[in-house]
Amino acid sequence: MLTRRTSLIAAAATALAFAAGPGSAETVVGVTDTSIKIGNIMPYSGPASAYGQIGGTIEKYFEMVNANGGVNGRMIEFITYDDAYSPPKTVEQARKLVESDEVALIFQPLGTPPNSAIHKYMNAKKVPQLFVATGATKWGDPENYPWTMGWQPNYQTEAKIYARYILDNMPNAKIGILYQNDDYGKDYLKGFRDGLGDKTSMIVAEMPYEVADPTVDSQIISLKASGADVFFNITTPKFAAQAIKKAHEIGWTPTQFLNNVSSSVGSVLTPAGLEASTGIITAGYQMDPTDPQFADHPEMVAWRKFMDEFHKDGDKTSNFTAYGYAAAATLEQVLKQAGDNLSRENIMKEAANLRQVRIPLLLPGVTISTSPTDFYPIESMRLQRFNGTTYEFFGDVIAAESS
Amino acid sequence: MDLFLQQIVSGFATGGIYACMALSVVMIYQAIHHLNFAQGEMATFSTFIAWQLLAWGLPYFAVIPLAIGLSFIGGFVVERVVFKPIENAPVLSHIVIFIALFAIFNSAMGFIWDFSIKPVPSAFGEGPLYEGSLLSKHQTGMIAVTMLVLVLLWAFFRFTRVGLAMRAAAANPQSARLVGIRVSFMTALGWGMASAIGAVAGILIAPVVFLEPNMMLSILLYGFAGAVLGGLTSPLGAVIGGFIVGIVENLAGTYIPVVGGELKLPIALFLIVVVLVVKPEGLLGRRVVQRV
Repeated sequence: MLTRRTSLIAAAATALAFAAGPGSAETVVGVTDTSIKIGNIMPYSGPASAYGQIGGTIEKYFEMVNANGGVNGRMIEFITYDDAYSPPKTVEQARKLVESDEVALIFQPLGTPPNSAIHKYMNAKKVPQLFVATGATKWGDPENYPWTMGWQPNYQTEAKIYARYILDNMPNAKIGILYQNDDYGKDYLKGFRDGLGDKTSMIVAEMPYEVADPTVDSQIISLKASGADVFFNITTPKFAAQAIKKAHEIGWTPTQFLNNVSSSVGSVLTPAGLEASTGIITAGYQMDPTDPQFADHPEMVAWRKFMDEFHKDGDKTSNFTAYGYAAAATLEQVLKQAGDNLSRENIMKEAANLRQVRIPLLLPGVTISTSPTDFYPIESMRLQRFNGTTYEFFGDVIAAESS
Repeated sequence: MDLFLQQIVSGFATGGIYACMALSVVMIYQAIHHLNFAQGEMATFSTFIAWQLLAWGLPYFAVIPLAIGLSFIGGFVVERVVFKPIENAPVLSHIVIFIALFAIFNSAMGFIWDFSIKPVPSAFGEGPLYEGSLLSKHQTGMIAVTMLVLVLLWAFFRFTRVGLAMRAAAANPQSARLVGIRVSFMTALGWGMASAIGAVAGILIAPVVFLEPNMMLSILLYGFAGAVLGGLTSPLGAVIGGFIVGIVENLAGTYIPVVGGELKLPIALFLIVVVLVVKPEGLLGRRVVQRV
């Protein structure tokens, strides 16, 4: 009994000491005078292993940074682990990075389910979960999750851009929507409905599908029968290709909006059929390495030089290698801004203190802005239309910035 | 009314996919009286072989017999190497190996051909059957081939000595052995034929759903549902079952308000539970009477 009371008193005293201490001491972990330790988790194996290229590119990017003298004189030590896109493994790897490797932060962990699995843990441990590689909207919630921040445009922002375009250019449209019946699909759907505001009656049909469905034929037939003349296609690559092909087969020719998730020419539009895909509209934020109009852009030239010198095995036609490069450049910017104060608190503070920063390989006119209340770094995109061989941009960069 | 007809036609086409796979399920069930969980992955593997041969520039008419032949040999070899040694092991051991095969084939495909989707050209040509038709040329061809396989399979079991021997070997191994049937060879033959039918199913299905390692994951489930519904011992029943599942699924998804679209699969499976409770042998299956 006595011992128990003593320990209680001791605990209370400690708590008091912390509360009344000289300011709240900032935690510096994983940083020395000569190095910064950065953790990362990627699916290098398993069904999503194609994304592993992003991790490989980030690693090479930091090699380049180190070869050029590091960030403010500190070398970056990049530790990257494989989670095979399996949330339980993500948890395991995150714990290893935080508790055993003692990294300063975890940068660009990939995928919505893996990041969801470590969301609470990272915030409880107060370790930055910075610039996550997923478009879910929930990563920008500084009030409840001040240690987590997204990077790419989130699904709701993207959907709002389509909604705005439709309101401005096709005010009498009848819209049919096909969406995946999960968080991702509903995220887009919500953004789109919000974007239409009081005009949601323009939506004449919403058809969900399950990931386990073999085909979406039935849904496409119902959408055609609904009389829709605009089709918003919220699907992952396999179903996107199926939907585009089926619509073409049954002679349904609406104006098609395709979510950025499935906009790849090589892995979606080509399998679906280039003729069937012609006219599809999607929103982009990043320069495509294969697009001839950017071939001579200085940032593209610098990227190709990087690929030749530091990442010889990397795929120079892939959007993923370009994506990894741009994301890593964003972190480099944050670390530069943080200077010699590399506490976890200050890293988050600087990540939330980006003002219209130009990051290489984003589309011309697209910049990154954040604030203590805006944890959505990229919020502007540009619409592009597929002409049968490549995407053509039209209109201006559309910003949905909240700061 | 228009929509109703369209959904029935589309359900019929999707049902054709399930029917193809259901035939393969019936084949293996006739041979071993188990359901092989790896059936779908083996069929996908066969389809990848066909895709690879096409990618190497072989013409379609050469690829199909080659892929089917290789699959037949593959199925035969899998039985000889993996199942022959554990012939007398309990059912659970077999099930564990089915699951192991499933994982092995699935990962191997991901490793060799990666997980991105691949378009497979159709042997029947692209586009709708005629202007404004809901069935594409391919879907029409797919249903026709399913019917052809059904007839061949029925004739095989009904009129050939091997077919009869295979049925005997599965139904009553001991008596079959006593009348001079090589039971274990029959089992291997059954595996080979099931793989060959799986290859046909895979090659027919891939142009519709696109080829990737998980292509058959849910199709096998629907195919199994179709086979159980129609009767695991009856090829005709399995095909009819496949079509029913496809059509019911579409109608439920379209016409049951609110939950319809989200609960397509459970509604189809619920129907099967009802059938099984009322008529356990399936619509066209034989009641199996066993002496114990």
